[in-house]
Order: sequence, then structure tokens, then C-alpha cells
Amino acid sequence: MKTNDLILQTVTKIIIFLILAFSLHLFFAGHYTPGGGFIGGLMTAAALVLLLLAFDAKTVNKIFPIDFIQVAAIGLLIAVLTGIGSFFFDVPFLTQTFGYFDLPILGKTGLATAVLFDIGVYLVVIGVTMTIIQTIGEDE
Amino acid sequence: MKMKENLEVIFAAIVVIGAIINLISAIGVIRLPDVYTRNHAASKGATLGILLILSSVFLFFWVEEGYMNARLLLGIIFVFMTAPVAGHLISRAAYNSGIPLWEKSGQDALKATKQKVKNK
Repeated sequence: MKTNDLILQTVTKIIIFLILAFSLHLFFAGHYTPGGGFIGGLMTAAALVLLLLAFDAKTVNKIFPIDFIQVAAIGLLIAVLTGIGSFFFDVPFLTQTFGYFDLPILGKTGLATAVLFDIGVYLVVIGVTMTIIQTIGEDE
Repeated sequence: MKMKENLEVIFAAIVVIGAIINLISAIGVIRLPDVYTRNHAASKGATLGILLILSSVFLFFWVEEGYMNARLLLGIIFVFMTAPVAGHLISRAAYNSGIPLWEKSGQDALKATKQKVKNK
């Protein structure tokens, strides 16, 4: 039976930006407030799952033509490379550092290399979650 | 200083009103006869109660600590947009799987339309 999902689809189109923006906020706020790579990645995956619920898998694949297994692999690679990067400065594996910089718009901002590791976590969480859900979802 | 305390009383009153509305909606879920009327009580009442509580929390932290929490505003918008849609989807799923209306309900306008679509 073909049903008319107009209300769900319209609300999804609006709410998805809210969820994605909030997941990015959680990701970048993770250093000083609750949040971080894991919960940010889960929330981004939740936004994509909402898209999958409102539209079918074919449409979502057209919007996001991404192989999520590769996303997980790239995330792991980034996490390992940020650990290895500390070898170039004669410090132990996974040592992190931070500094304060004057950015053009944001002003004085604390930038930590832990964010790079967090990007890896974020990508792995998105990749693994979406791979699980897409593998279970497509039974054709 | 006096002003701040007056505002605090008002915010506390808003929280209590929101909690009472939530309680009424919970009683409605228990008391009402079928899925559709229960859904009507749950989605409307709970949405309004939560909106009142969240707005009061937002205003309280704004007045008390001078801290505008954007996440609460986002939460208000989010609940306001999604809770009615969730109610709609639950109701429609119930109707499509053939849950009957309460026997005393007056009319079923959707039934006639569905019949017309089926006959085409």
C-alpha cells in the first residue's frame, strides 16, 4: 500500500538541519562541556536514520552517495595518524597539545589536537552505525 | 533585587502549571476510551506542559545567571514541531491497522474517503 507521508517528510526536511546543527555543536563543545565525538556521531547518524524513515533507502543514497564502511575506515585512519603525529615531536604516542590562536572571525580560540582524534571517533561512529542500519534495512 | 524574586515566583508558577497540564494529560491517557482520544490527550497536553516547563527554565537561567541557553530554545522548537507529528503518525498507524473507534464517537469521515479511493 502506497501511503502519503507528506507531513512526516516535510517535518523531516526542516528538523534534519536542527539535528545536524546540534550534533556539530555537541561535537565541537565536547572539550569543555558535555558532548564529544561519540555522541555527536550518534546524533548525526540519528539524523540520517530519520531521513531513512521518512524517505526510502534509494533516495537517501542519492542524497548522501557515501559508502559508510569507508567513512569508518577513514575515521580509524585519522585516529591512528593523530597518534603517530606525536612521534615527529619526540613525545610518546597519542600525546596531545593545545594553544591559543587569534582566528579572523572567532577571536582568541583554544585549538587542541585532541579535536583531530575526536574527528576520527566521530567518523567511526557514523560509519559503523549507518553500516549496521543499512545492512539490516536492505533485505532485497 | 525585589524584581528578581517576583520573577522567580512567576517562573515557579509556570513550572507548576506545566506540571499540572502534564498530569492532566496523563490522567487523560488512563481515562479516555480508545486510541484516538488517548492520543489526543497525550500529544497535546504533554507538548504544552513540556513547552511551559522548558520556557520557564530558559527564562529562569536568563534572569538569574544572565545565561541564555540556546539548547533550551532549540528544544522548545524541536518538541513543538515533532510531538504533534509523532501523535499524527501513531494515530494514522492505528487507523490503518484497523483499530476501531470508540462506539459512541459520532462519525468517521476518513472511512468514506478511503472507500471512495478504493472504488476508483
